Amino acid sequence: MKNNILIIGGGIAGMETARQLKQLGLNPIIVEKNFALGGHVSQWNRLFPDMIPAKEVLDPYEDSLEGVEILLGTEIASINRLQKGWSVTLSTGKNYSCKAVVFATGFRLFEAEKKEEYGYGIYDHVITNSDLENWFNTKLDERVPEKPQAVGFIHCVGSRDIKAGNTQCSKVCCITAIKQAIEIKEAFPNAEVYCFYMDLRLFGKKYEDFYIKAQRDYGIHFIRGRVSEVSETIDGRVQVKAEDTLAGKPVKVRLDLLVLMSGIVCNRENEGLAKAMEMPLDEDGFFRSRNNVNAITEADREGIFYAGTCTGPKTVPETIAEARSAALCVYNYVKNNK
Amino acid sequence: MEFGFKLSPSSAIELDKIDLSLYEKVCEIEPTAKTCISCGSCSATCTASEYSGMSVRKMLLDLQRGRHAEVERILSHCMLCGKCTMVCPRGINTRRVILTVSRYYDNVEAGL
Repeated sequence: MKNNILIIGGGIAGMETARQLKQLGLNPIIVEKNFALGGHVSQWNRLFPDMIPAKEVLDPYEDSLEGVEILLGTEIASINRLQKGWSVTLSTGKNYSCKAVVFATGFRLFEAEKKEEYGYGIYDHVITNSDLENWFNTKLDERVPEKPQAVGFIHCVGSRDIKAGNTQCSKVCCITAIKQAIEIKEAFPNAEVYCFYMDLRLFGKKYEDFYIKAQRDYGIHFIRGRVSEVSETIDGRVQVKAEDTLAGKPVKVRLDLLVLMSGIVCNRENEGLAKAMEMPLDEDGFFRSRNNVNAITEADREGIFYAGTCTGPKTVPETIAEARSAALCVYNYVKNNK
Repeated sequence: MEFGFKLSPSSAIELDKIDLSLYEKVCEIEPTAKTCISCGSCSATCTASEYSGMSVRKMLLDLQRGRHAEVERILSHCMLCGKCTMVCPRGINTRRVILTVSRYYDNVEAGL
């Protein structure tokens, strides 16, 4: 089987794992269901906190993955345990024998229309964080007005929400909202920008500085309180209602654009695969690691590894670091199981 | 005409209709005022707080919500000791914020 390592998913986690495995002398094979590599990151415009273009992170992979077998538009049909390793059949009918399998299946964004009270897909000027990234890339979206006077961001859409089926914090949306609020302020300096949050979880390097910058230099208004409902005004604007929980008063504001920070949730497509392979999922639907301290990239099944957000919400740098870690675990596993 | 009931005025703050001119003036003189995170250190350390409800945190928030009567009422209890400036983790010059707002009200009173 020539040290074949099958990587499921061609986002940054899968690509970085493949890049490292190739350097370590193994033979990575990437299986990607879409017709292009890059995953979610290929949809983003600029990345926090340094605001580097997402393209700059993705472009180098083109060279570093040269020679790696990449199967686009392909899914896993079945995986079976061999005496040593795994036998994988793909949707194309091809079959591979592999020493190990790396799940880099990523996440999906919470479908904002499920929070009906926020009016996504109902009102004309409600978009998601993902739509806004797309607008930064293309400047094309009818829902974004030409000169908005007021723009709002709702944090934690579908996250920390038992009723939405997701108890977890999606982790990256606080800083994403601040990044996007700043970018909106740069695009429309005269607009008032409001962020409605429950907590601001700015854990990463430079995130807090980013927050201070948003407050001090961009005058972005932060209002603690979860938006309860959104409605449309007679003139087609969006009205948001919340409680300012610091003031203990209800607040209302009319906006020209409302951005919903859809959270990272588990990729439901994994369920079938996990079941077939008898791999346990966590209560939040993400893959369960052997433990969450020093074996995050390892499954409880021999020869199965994880990289990136298939085990939970992560930032881009965290995902890349984890992919490298996963590659090293795979390398050691192959070396010790000749 | 007496209908036997009264209508209570709404207590909701309409963020796009409030008067922020005083808040903006304060921020011009003391830009750090914008960086308050409502941690409450200032109120916890305030000598006047437990007797009077003095709170720089509340005052700054009321200023941002255009609740000027509240701002004036809270500030009247300040003794300008400056302890809040010492404890603020964001380095807000709370003393200067208080003085700027007070000066504004002094001017209003003097008809300037």
